[in-house]
Amino acid sequence: MGKAPKKKSVSDKVRKTKTSTVIKNNPFEVKINRKKFDILGRKTKHDVGLPGVSRSKAINKRKETLLKEYKQKNKSNKFIDRRFGEYDTKMAPEDKILQRFAMERQHGHDKKDVYNLNEEEELTHYGQSLAEMEKFNDIAHSDDESEDKGLLSAELTASHFGGGGGLLRKKTSGDQQQDEDGSQRAKSRQELIEELIHKSKQEKRERQVQKEEAQELTEKLDQEWKNIQALMVKKMPKAECAEVQPDKPKLDAYDMMVRELGFEMKAQPSEKMKTPEELAKEEREKLQKLEADRLRRMMGEEGEQSAQSQIHMSADDLNDGFILDKHDKMTLSYQDGKWNIEEESEEDKDEDENEEESGDEQESDAEEEDAEEEEDGEEDREEEEGSSEEEEEEEEEEDGHSDLDSEQESENEEDEEAGAKPKKSLTKEELKAQQEAAKAELPYTFAVPESYSDLKVLLHGHTPDNQRLIVARTQKSNHPSLAVGNKLKLQKLFEFLLEYVGELATRSPPELITIDKLIPELYALCQMFPAAACQVMQRIFGDAGHSVEEVLEVKGHAAFPTLDMLVYLKVTSLLFPTSDFRHPVTTPALLYISQTLTKCPVRSLQDLTAGLFLCCVAVEYISFSKRFLPELINFLAGTLHLAVRDKASLGYTVVPPFRPSGKQSDLLVLSASESCKTWSKKNLPLSSTQHLELKLDLDRDEHRLTCLSTCLDLVKRCCLLYQDLPSFTHIFQPIRTLLSKHLSTQTLPQLLQELHSEILEILSRAPVTHSPLVFEKKKPIPLKLLTPKIVEVLDYGKKRGSSREEREKERLKHKYKKEFKGALREIRKDSRFLAREKLNEVMNRDAERKRKVKELLGSLGTQEGEWKALKRRKKK
Amino acid sequence: MAPAKKRNVSSGKATERKAKTAKTDINCIVERVLESRKHANDVFDILEFLQSEKEKDVVSAVGACSKLFCTLLERKELFIGKLPGEEEALSRGFSAEEKYRIFMRHRYNSCVEMLLEHLSHELHDIKESALCCLIKFAAAEGQNPLEDLDWSEHYSFPREMIQAVVDKLLSKSTNNSLLISRFQEFLEMEDLRYYVMSSIRDNVAKVMEKNKGAVEPIYQNNAFTLISSISMPSQESELTNFLVKQEAKHEDWKAANLNEHKRAFERMWLGFLKYKLPNSMYKKVLVILHDSILPYMSKPTLMIDFLTAAYEVGGAISLLALNGLFVLIHQHNLDYPDFYKKLYNLLEPSVFHVKYRARFFHLANLFLSSSHLPVYLVSAFAKRLARLALTAPPTALLIVLPFIYNLIRRHPSCRVLIHKPSSEGEPLEDPYLMDEEDPAQCRALESSLWEIKALQKHYHPDVAKAAMLINTPLSEQEEDISEVLEITAHEMMERDLKQSQIKSIPLEFETATQLLKGGGNVLGQHFCLV
Repeated sequence: MGKAPKKKSVSDKVRKTKTSTVIKNNPFEVKINRKKFDILGRKTKHDVGLPGVSRSKAINKRKETLLKEYKQKNKSNKFIDRRFGEYDTKMAPEDKILQRFAMERQHGHDKKDVYNLNEEEELTHYGQSLAEMEKFNDIAHSDDESEDKGLLSAELTASHFGGGGGLLRKKTSGDQQQDEDGSQRAKSRQELIEELIHKSKQEKRERQVQKEEAQELTEKLDQEWKNIQALMVKKMPKAECAEVQPDKPKLDAYDMMVRELGFEMKAQPSEKMKTPEELAKEEREKLQKLEADRLRRMMGEEGEQSAQSQIHMSADDLNDGFILDKHDKMTLSYQDGKWNIEEESEEDKDEDENEEESGDEQESDAEEEDAEEEEDGEEDREEEEGSSEEEEEEEEEEDGHSDLDSEQESENEEDEEAGAKPKKSLTKEELKAQQEAAKAELPYTFAVPESYSDLKVLLHGHTPDNQRLIVARTQKSNHPSLAVGNKLKLQKLFEFLLEYVGELATRSPPELITIDKLIPELYALCQMFPAAACQVMQRIFGDAGHSVEEVLEVKGHAAFPTLDMLVYLKVTSLLFPTSDFRHPVTTPALLYISQTLTKCPVRSLQDLTAGLFLCCVAVEYISFSKRFLPELINFLAGTLHLAVRDKASLGYTVVPPFRPSGKQSDLLVLSASESCKTWSKKNLPLSSTQHLELKLDLDRDEHRLTCLSTCLDLVKRCCLLYQDLPSFTHIFQPIRTLLSKHLSTQTLPQLLQELHSEILEILSRAPVTHSPLVFEKKKPIPLKLLTPKIVEVLDYGKKRGSSREEREKERLKHKYKKEFKGALREIRKDSRFLAREKLNEVMNRDAERKRKVKELLGSLGTQEGEWKALKRRKKK
Repeated sequence: MAPAKKRNVSSGKATERKAKTAKTDINCIVERVLESRKHANDVFDILEFLQSEKEKDVVSAVGACSKLFCTLLERKELFIGKLPGEEEALSRGFSAEEKYRIFMRHRYNSCVEMLLEHLSHELHDIKESALCCLIKFAAAEGQNPLEDLDWSEHYSFPREMIQAVVDKLLSKSTNNSLLISRFQEFLEMEDLRYYVMSSIRDNVAKVMEKNKGAVEPIYQNNAFTLISSISMPSQESELTNFLVKQEAKHEDWKAANLNEHKRAFERMWLGFLKYKLPNSMYKKVLVILHDSILPYMSKPTLMIDFLTAAYEVGGAISLLALNGLFVLIHQHNLDYPDFYKKLYNLLEPSVFHVKYRARFFHLANLFLSSSHLPVYLVSAFAKRLARLALTAPPTALLIVLPFIYNLIRRHPSCRVLIHKPSSEGEPLEDPYLMDEEDPAQCRALESSLWEIKALQKHYHPDVAKAAMLINTPLSEQEEDISEVLEITAHEMMERDLKQSQIKSIPLEFETATQLLKGGGNVLGQHFCLV
């Protein structure tokens, strides 16, 4: 590096100006910078320098500038050239002269010729007389024509080589032109060039003429062609084209074939026909995946994270759906035994069913194939409908897998389904004639109701089954893929349907069968529009919670929710997963249940029934996740407390809304013990949550016993669910005391006695001892590892790890430093130069003086000599 | 002038005129009476109207009366001094002028009587106008006293009238809360308030003595409404608004002295609280005790008996008494033996369900913030709260979990409750004794907070997350529970509802077919559709 950059400013100039080869080759002039290492890939600029030359250049330059300045120092007067444009380097000398002349003339004119009328004034433009300029004609714009020439030649070349697109042609022609120019330059003979230019210009002109003619001809032909176009046969244009543009090569049959092959649709690999076993396997895998998902969400935070990580696509992802998921496996092992058993049983069921179905499902398989092919993007209305129905059928099958109890039901539905579709009704003969007759009245397509009242009108007066059919058909005939607005409409439909369900529940008597029938439709709609369904549900619970809160503020207690809210709670558990750690719908729903169970005092048997309904729903909500719901236990204990006859000495505390004693605290105490004997377990009707008409004591007692049995069963379920909680015994302490001390078994029917003893057994079985709490063990923080951190460097010599701005800043800093050093160096050199000059001056002056003194002394000496000689001569 | 005779005539006239009842008539009469003494007997007409059945007539008559007698009072045309009986006035030798005054004074007295009657009228409008009129009379009387005394030594204030008004307001049979709220406006006046307070005290003492201390809900409710509507000034300089201005010796007047006010206030309350109160009233008193009673008493320590009695009652009343006790302990050096033991015994499952939950936990937090509490006590509180948390709703859990954590943070030696590494591995039964009343004996320190471990499985995600905190060492920083104190179930729900901007909503994958099916089929087992 050494000196090389130092001299850059000067030496660069030196290099640019041609140093004579003599100097370059002179080994005494050349200085070679020795390199210590040879570095691959590094370009060195300054390995050879000519110090002598550059030094002399620098000195010369200083002499021209610095020295002059130095000489001018302390000189007060100065010569300044004030002529116009004297120091303007941009102006051409001729322009300068012209300008000066014009100014001169103007000056003279202004001063002297104000009154001079006769003087002939010549009008000028840029100092030239306009009269003279008029004599010249326009010069031909040679520059413009060169482009035309290029075009023409392009056409020629195209005709010669006959290939490539238009653009390509142009390019090649341009290149050619340049090549020509290059060759001309290479010859570098004035005459030759001129000759060539002349020639090409002539050629060009000729070509232009030719082209214009051709153009005229083509235009003419075009017009003629238009006139007769209608009369011509299809084949004609090709021939025409060939005639008009003979340059263009005829389309080859081969080319055409190639093109055609290129555009031809490639045969898509079709999906393999699946065997029933494979289908079942797929189904099972899907279910397993969903189950694993549910478990992950149940675990809360970690679940969310893993769900996110699933969304993330790594660069190595083959996009084949394979995910290495550790959580899955962990949860599987966590659940030990139980999970596996479930899975197996499901498998078995699947297989069984597939064997059953394999016989008659041949054609449906084929249809499924169709459906899958349709997914490739063709949208045919009918086929789409077919496929959606197919899907639904699949769903129903799936349902059959999940619980066999409802298989009967689903088959029935399938039948109905078949009735709804004329195509199918032909293939399936087992349709009942009367059903057909009934459904023949229903139209097959329905418009989506725009408002809630529209929906009511639409469904009014139909049987529950038909109502369901109507909704199903509405949904199908307005599938979102069929028209743009359908999505919005169906989202509204869900809202209306829910409202309708609520209204059905509030009617007296409630039309619960209709609600029951509408459930699958609600489910289907919810699956289609989860976000909309979520919003509607959230609004319902938000409003309900708010109204409870308001009533609480005014009265201090609230009434039990009406049947519509109870139904909504149940519907929520059907539509959304209740086991999630946090779910936008089910968490508020659970809060609502808790709110009602804690704030609504039980005042009558129907209140109690509603409360038990809520408890049932709550148990369903938590049955999978086994989450702890204190309000549930409180309510059940309170309910049992209601059945205690003697409330004098309690060994437990009752939690609000129940009271240890009071008006309604004997609600479940039997009025006559004989009623136990006649009682048999019956299911409570849902309507009994709203109003009960029990006139007789016996009826009332039976209802009480039913409530009690429900309560005990729920307690049993809760016991089983919460067995693993550390403070299980303390949670169930009140219930245990209640059952063992206050509710005597003798007076209860057999069924209740059994439940009673079962619960007590579970309670006594629970472990009482726990290991004391300790913090979770922290993962030990690993020691710092001392192995060197190896960073792979791919771009040598560049600074890494900084942003672009930082790099730029760094660069500028470096540059500034370099420049600063360079400037310092120059200044030093300048001062050295000046000092040398000064010394020279002094030396010169001294030498001059010496010389003069010598001269004087010499002359004096000769004078003396002469005088002495004269004297001597006199003496003589 | 024979008033008796004339009265008969005029009453006859009045009955005649009854047909054309008009407001203008009454006003005319008033003007005539005021104009000349000739028409003095027309006063009877006005009094007649005052007893009319019609609401309009009565209201206008009340207005007329107030105008008439206020002017007469101003003119000093009412007899001053000890009033002789009407018959006596005739027989004794009074001048005509004096006779007129005696006559008018009698009319005035009967008017006041009628107005007082009207205070227990059924119609609110009449009650209200009568009340306003009486207050006006009181003001006028204060300015122009009717008693013949040396006013340079006494302070003129119509105490008897105020006493009568108060007696009427505190009715035993009707709920006067509307009228009392109207009366509240007049209580802004310092002297009126002062005398009202002393009259209330007298009235309460009188009525309750007669009643032998038994509970009288309506009367006590009226009394409470009146008493609680009294708002005391906090500085002497605020005493500026008077009904009656005393010319002389204003400074020495009791009604102008804040300390006297305070004393009267205190006596009134103590008089009221001396007797047995209905339960709801008890709560109401306790709710306002700490910020609208105690600060205005001259000796707040006099409340100690009442508060300790309330604290012994148990339940919600004890919770409420805590606040007053806190003020006394904190500002008046009350030493309460076994305070913490009682506080400990207040912790019952109902604590989490009552309305005053926020207040209780706020105070409990204050009481337990002392760093000089013994470890056994703090750990007993923590363990008991944890045990009770097993029955608490989520809103309470969000308070109680941070509360327990704060206790452990303040007293690091309580950390064994959540971290007991020495005896790891050997399971033991929970040694804590829930039924033990003495926190020193309950063996809480030997136990662990397994309850919080159980709450980690709570259904609400926020609670579960809060419970998860015991898995790792607690952070140093105390959590601020004041934010969650007032939270309601609906607010919690709102939080969940607002968070719902999640892109994908998880759905149930098991197809729903029937209303009662699904989710373990619990519902289907116990309920049927019809």
